[in-house]
Amino acid sequence: MKVDHPYAHRRACLKIVFSLLTVWFAVSFGCGILFREWLDANAPQVGNAPFGFWMAQQGSILCFVLLLVIYAVLMNRLDAKHGYTEGK
Amino acid sequence: MTQDNLNFIFIGISFALYVGIAIKSRAGSTEEYYTAGGGVSPLANGMATAADWMSAATFISMAGTVALSGYDASRFLMGWTGGFVLLTILMVPYLRKFGKATVPDFVGDRYYSKLARAVAVGCAIFICMTYIMGQMRGVGVVFSQLFGISITSGVIIGGTIVFFYAGLGGMKGITYTQVAQYSVMAFAYTIPAIFIAMALTGNVIPQLGLIGNYTADAEVVPFFQKLNNINLELGFQEYTSGKLSKINMFCITAALMCGTAGLPHVIVRFFTVKNVGAVRKSACWTLLFIAVIYLTAPAIGAFSRVNLIQTLHQTSYTDAPTWFKDFEATAQMAWVDKNGDGKIQYFGPAKSDLNSNSVFQGKAPSYPMYDAPEGQRIGAFGQRLLANKADGSNPNELWFGNDIMVMANPHMAGLPMWVIALLMAGCIAAALSTAAGLLLVLSTSISHDLMKKIIKPDISDLEEVRYARFASFVALAVAVYFGINPPSQFIAKTVAFAFGLAASSFFPTLLMGIFSKRMNRAGAISGMLSGILFTFGYITYFQFLDGTPDQYFLGITPEGIGFVGMLINFAVAFVVSSFTPEPPQEVQDMVEQIHIPSGAGDASHH
Repeated sequence: MKVDHPYAHRRACLKIVFSLLTVWFAVSFGCGILFREWLDANAPQVGNAPFGFWMAQQGSILCFVLLLVIYAVLMNRLDAKHGYTEGK
Repeated sequence: MTQDNLNFIFIGISFALYVGIAIKSRAGSTEEYYTAGGGVSPLANGMATAADWMSAATFISMAGTVALSGYDASRFLMGWTGGFVLLTILMVPYLRKFGKATVPDFVGDRYYSKLARAVAVGCAIFICMTYIMGQMRGVGVVFSQLFGISITSGVIIGGTIVFFYAGLGGMKGITYTQVAQYSVMAFAYTIPAIFIAMALTGNVIPQLGLIGNYTADAEVVPFFQKLNNINLELGFQEYTSGKLSKINMFCITAALMCGTAGLPHVIVRFFTVKNVGAVRKSACWTLLFIAVIYLTAPAIGAFSRVNLIQTLHQTSYTDAPTWFKDFEATAQMAWVDKNGDGKIQYFGPAKSDLNSNSVFQGKAPSYPMYDAPEGQRIGAFGQRLLANKADGSNPNELWFGNDIMVMANPHMAGLPMWVIALLMAGCIAAALSTAAGLLLVLSTSISHDLMKKIIKPDISDLEEVRYARFASFVALAVAVYFGINPPSQFIAKTVAFAFGLAASSFFPTLLMGIFSKRMNRAGAISGMLSGILFTFGYITYFQFLDGTPDQYFLGITPEGIGFVGMLINFAVAFVVSSFTPEPPQEVQDMVEQIHIPSGAGDASHH
């Protein structure tokens, strides 16, 4: 098993955290609040709902769940790579 | 079989289940009492946390809030789910690695200071207390409606039940009880939604019906178009656009998210699982279970708004369905026949010059005493008369509380009686699970953080649990008292407090403690105090003193000010810490350690 200095793990971890937080901000504050009017008017509708409105009430929540799944998978993989996985 | 009997049976069965689980898994040691011995599976912990998170208010009023304010309610939907993303990727894995039982423990050790710990304990107690009051009130209201008893006895019965299994069972007991409670809540919430979605949109899945077509009339139109038309016609804001300013909407959502990530009773839930990997999995399950309810709420809100208006608007009172009269009797709905035509009219603020659609003067309906002459109690069409003066400045005649959209939903959709009984059981499950979780954090804050760590460090394990049980009894007594005598509008207003304080105190302090090695005691304490004082002062000024909306800072309402308080906390902490000595070496080493996810982190140093 390859064992690194903890900083390598930490840097990789922060990279994951920052990329996920960027998506988190974009789907909630970005689509749901800041650019909602523009998206309502210009983006394709989701079913019969305006895009920005749908993101604010449904889409962002779905994205949040996905983000956490991705986080768990990526981090557990990263831990394994650096030899931090615990038994069981 | 009558509805009442069916309610009793459903609630009786669910209670027997909770108590059985609580007895079977009651806590023996402090470990089990605080963190269930650390051996709860990620799935079970996810369900329990979801039940803990969703209070009676969420369960009963969320859909009603969405129905009333349309797009503007998205701040709650996003705020209370998006916070879990912050919580999971910035906080709990590290705090779990740190390995102590409570949040003030981390603050106290990380900032090597009793003062920091004391401030954290104070915030934790205040946040939990404001929450639990509302829960006890909610339990009381549901019980009083069900059993026809007074709210006072309802609150006392609810308090006794919560004490029985939270105080005695500890974290282990309530975790497994909450798993059962989540299941009841999820069914109780989604089944009525499915029925009403089929009735209005012909779609079995409410979330698809919402973005589909309205099919209940001969003419098929997109559902949101139907809803927007109804809203505009009656003088309301268009459903899919809001009236809150963008900056306010942004700040409120951010304050709710950061507040969620700083709520002590949510954080401690993740101390119950085995290791850091399990924390991440558990957080996925938690948010998934919460999303089931939060994705359904907008659908219930939109559907029942259409249904309610179609059923009641321009209907003469004598033809109104019986459930309307039932809710009138329990003061959840009221009708004031302003124009004397015997028909119910429902209008929005745009129909009046004063931009208001209040039905009567005052916030809630009040009624003449039971011994008043009949003419004062019962109106010309048999309706229940109010003691409030009618508000003649607008034509709106129909008043209803936020909880009606969930409570009346099964009646409106004509659902079978067992669905209504299930809904009642779900309400009680929501209130009990949250109250129990809060009570536990309150009692540990007092016994562990206050008694053991600050006042009397030499007490034994056994004594500590005894203190915890005693503290939960006292905390519950206080909560019951305020449940019976709510400080008027206080409870609703304190929600702003709880989230504002969590966002401006715990969230930044924990975040800097985890990610900055340089952050020291002086920085953290001055940051926390300035954040809290600013937020507390702002909310108090506008909620309890004579602040007026035109004095709002950048138009931000008290709900959203926690976000600004948080920024102040960060700024002050960084400035102060850069002028003061850096933290001792062992604290810096500790910060290094919590970033290594495995328990045997030392093995990797070569």
